[in-house]
Amino acid sequence: MSVSFQKHQIVVPGELLAEGRKFRIGTGSFREGDRIFASIVGLAEVSGDLIQVVPLEGCYVPKSGDDVIGKVVNVTLSSWRVDIKSPYSATLQASNFLKRRTDVVMDDLRRYLDVGDAVFAKIIEFDRNSEPNLDAKEKGLGKLKGGTIVDVLPAKIPRLIGRRGSMISMIKEETKCKVLVGQNGRVWISGEKFEVEDLVVRVIRRIEREAHTSGLTDRIKEMIRSEMASKGGLRS
Amino acid sequence: MSLTKQSIPTRLIDDNGLRTDGRKLDELRPVKLEIGLLKRADGSAYIEQGKNKILVAVYGPREIHPRHLALPDRCYLRCLYRMASFSVEERKSPAPGRREIELSKVIRESLEPAIFLEEYPRAGIDVYIQILQADGGTRCASITAASLALADAGIPMRDLVVACAAGKVDGKIVLDINDAEDKYGSGDMPLAIMPRKNEITLLQLDGIFSQEEFEKALELAHQGCRQIYELQRDAIKEKYKTIREQVSSDEKKKSDEESENRI
Repeated sequence: MSVSFQKHQIVVPGELLAEGRKFRIGTGSFREGDRIFASIVGLAEVSGDLIQVVPLEGCYVPKSGDDVIGKVVNVTLSSWRVDIKSPYSATLQASNFLKRRTDVVMDDLRRYLDVGDAVFAKIIEFDRNSEPNLDAKEKGLGKLKGGTIVDVLPAKIPRLIGRRGSMISMIKEETKCKVLVGQNGRVWISGEKFEVEDLVVRVIRRIEREAHTSGLTDRIKEMIRSEMASKGGLRS
Repeated sequence: MSLTKQSIPTRLIDDNGLRTDGRKLDELRPVKLEIGLLKRADGSAYIEQGKNKILVAVYGPREIHPRHLALPDRCYLRCLYRMASFSVEERKSPAPGRREIELSKVIRESLEPAIFLEEYPRAGIDVYIQILQADGGTRCASITAASLALADAGIPMRDLVVACAAGKVDGKIVLDINDAEDKYGSGDMPLAIMPRKNEITLLQLDGIFSQEEFEKALELAHQGCRQIYELQRDAIKEKYKTIREQVSSDEKKKSDEESENRI
């Protein structure tokens, strides 16, 4: 029964994390006999009896219940094919997007969503055998109009949201921008002025780069405040 | 560069027991490793081992094309080993040759056991290995760099894979043979291992070795792998450490300025 790392130590694949049968394993770790090893590059963490590695890189793996931002890549008779920046592209059935029933034979789905459009959707099901299925009918979901979309490393999304949403709500409050975060590593930003949107993009890039450092929220807050002040009118 | 062909060295090991590049028998060439240098790739790594210069890019896991290659139960790993036409003394034809196709396969098979391929069924991982400059032992250096690039892409692995060759030169067993020793020596034995459990994922042998020589070469190559493994781990941690240090030095500067302002 021993843990062989310091809190938030950077570990590499194959590095010994802990010994003992009592531990449970979380993401980025695997068990071999009595010993637990890291399988990815990340920050090692132990909380209670759970050992896990918080990833610093890696692709998005769909999980049912996740909100994602997708881009429409194909339109069929009754559904859309949506790229969600993961190894598996998703399907959005017409019945999961349109509020009213439509006759798919008489109607053209491209009137509602066309190739290249962005959509904020929820993953309703995904398993190893089938491709992810999306839903965009609920309140708050749907087509994204205007704004800016930035791609972020999916592994850095939890840091962008912060503990109980502390980081993201701070950004929204300070910049008065509308921000939607997709778990798949896409962020949609819509503000009154382009300069503010641009500031948020730079803030996100910085969070992505410095995700593994501490005291980040305060540094970001300072950055936003000083830039908003230096550009004068941005706050109005 | 001279237009005449390189002269063939008559002796590869001199009276002092030093090799053509001044190394001892059990000495590695200087190794430099770096990760995350390609912005567009999911993971990347660069290795310099002696005069070898190799760049590796990893893409994936992503949707695989052509789609019929997709496997229902695991991820498809694809490796492409390519030598730039300017990477060797005499211009290499840019068409992929028999040797490159074989090395691609050998490298793929040495990486496969380390990766949790079953975590991404129906997807594909692409590993592109570009030899920018070759100086013997490129397959080993490629494996070392490719496993780093895979780790940099965040792909789950049982262990890193590290490779190093031993060889037989002038009747002596030496570590990490270079181009001249490869061409004019009498044996080459590349070895790739997963160091945690010392599992061998690649073992090849060109030349004639007695049993004692083989055992000695295996032991020596193992030691070489161990040394490179330490550098591999450092290379990964280095990427994040530099950002951490930058941030904390920025912080320090700021707090210094603040205290100055107060005075």
